Amino acid sequence: MIKYIFSFAWLNQGTTWILNRVGVDTGERFGGSIHFFIYDTIKILILLSMMVFIISYMRSYFSVERTKKILEKLGGFKAHVAASLLGIVTPFCSCSSVPLFIGFIEGGIPLGVTFSFLITSPIVNEAAFVILLGIFGPKIAGYYVFSGVVLGVIGGYIIHLLKLERYVEDYVYKIKMGDTIIKTLSKRERIEFAKSNVKDIVGRIWKYLLIGIGIGALIHGWAPEEILSKYAGPENPLAVLFATIIAIPLYSNAMGTIPIAEALINKGVGMGTAMAFMMATTALSLPEMILLRKVIKPKLITVFTGITGVGIIAVGYLFNMII
Amino acid sequence: MEIKVLGTGCKKCDDLYDNVIKALSKAGKDADVEKVEDIVSIMSFGVMSSPALVIDGEVVVTGRVAQIEEIINFIK
Repeated sequence: MIKYIFSFAWLNQGTTWILNRVGVDTGERFGGSIHFFIYDTIKILILLSMMVFIISYMRSYFSVERTKKILEKLGGFKAHVAASLLGIVTPFCSCSSVPLFIGFIEGGIPLGVTFSFLITSPIVNEAAFVILLGIFGPKIAGYYVFSGVVLGVIGGYIIHLLKLERYVEDYVYKIKMGDTIIKTLSKRERIEFAKSNVKDIVGRIWKYLLIGIGIGALIHGWAPEEILSKYAGPENPLAVLFATIIAIPLYSNAMGTIPIAEALINKGVGMGTAMAFMMATTALSLPEMILLRKVIKPKLITVFTGITGVGIIAVGYLFNMII
Repeated sequence: MEIKVLGTGCKKCDDLYDNVIKALSKAGKDADVEKVEDIVSIMSFGVMSSPALVIDGEVVVTGRVAQIEEIINFIK
């Protein structure tokens, strides 16, 4: 029963039943597209609201301040792994990257460890995770989280090995931080936090989702399979590269691209190509680079985006090979 | 009473500021409300995630937009 509810088979069958009743043949192109649109829209909105609530509630137990305290005590390679894992669960929005960066450095957390956090945190996005889970299932969603952590650990470790501390703006080292008070939230405050996150995330991305699902529905019915698999299929090595580059200016629209990816993958586009595209939309965002410019010099921004970009492309190729 | 909204200038920071103004008028209270966008001043409060709310020098909320009712409780 539980499996029936969570596989959304009821929704699939219900949508087909209603469409058939009103005279739409879901076996045809047109009917198939309409079915895709209605089914995906309802399923993703339900999943997104529920899961973002649960994930945010869990996240309310973590805070940037607490993460900093934990990382201050760790050293070596372990610290990179911890920073990446904490990057997943610590709630913080990209406009906080600057105070977060300064706070970490001021607390004596090594630059490379700070970057392990900064790389994984945006790559593993909770909304993207939920949508992946809804569309492709737990295996792909799990690969997504795992590769985000691996990228953060390796990327941060390379930055550590390159000893790039001199490319941090001088004033960062001079800032003295006030004492951090870690306040414990009450249960009501945690629920409030989770609710406001659902409102914020769903409110922000539903339009892009609808557009994405709409385009996905069109592709589902009409896109030319042979051409797509020829140019964007797993065998074309350039596809991943282009997908990553195209993604950079698309920042907040990332979630809308997942339903498009679903339809494209059904038409022969590589899974890794789609994954690279999605990771790049959130991790290689222009707004974040502009924010980070306040605290680090262009050379370090270049190294950071270079390592992240190459990493994402590598993940794309790997996924195209194994999935 | 002195209220400071700390934030680097994102939408959430503006939302928090608006909620503070609404909470004050709803509670019928008067206060000095200031928006702090300077990063050095923000850091001096020990805050790493914006937006944050400071009332009479004490950090009461960090990293989220406090709701109007919640702010009323703080300023009572």
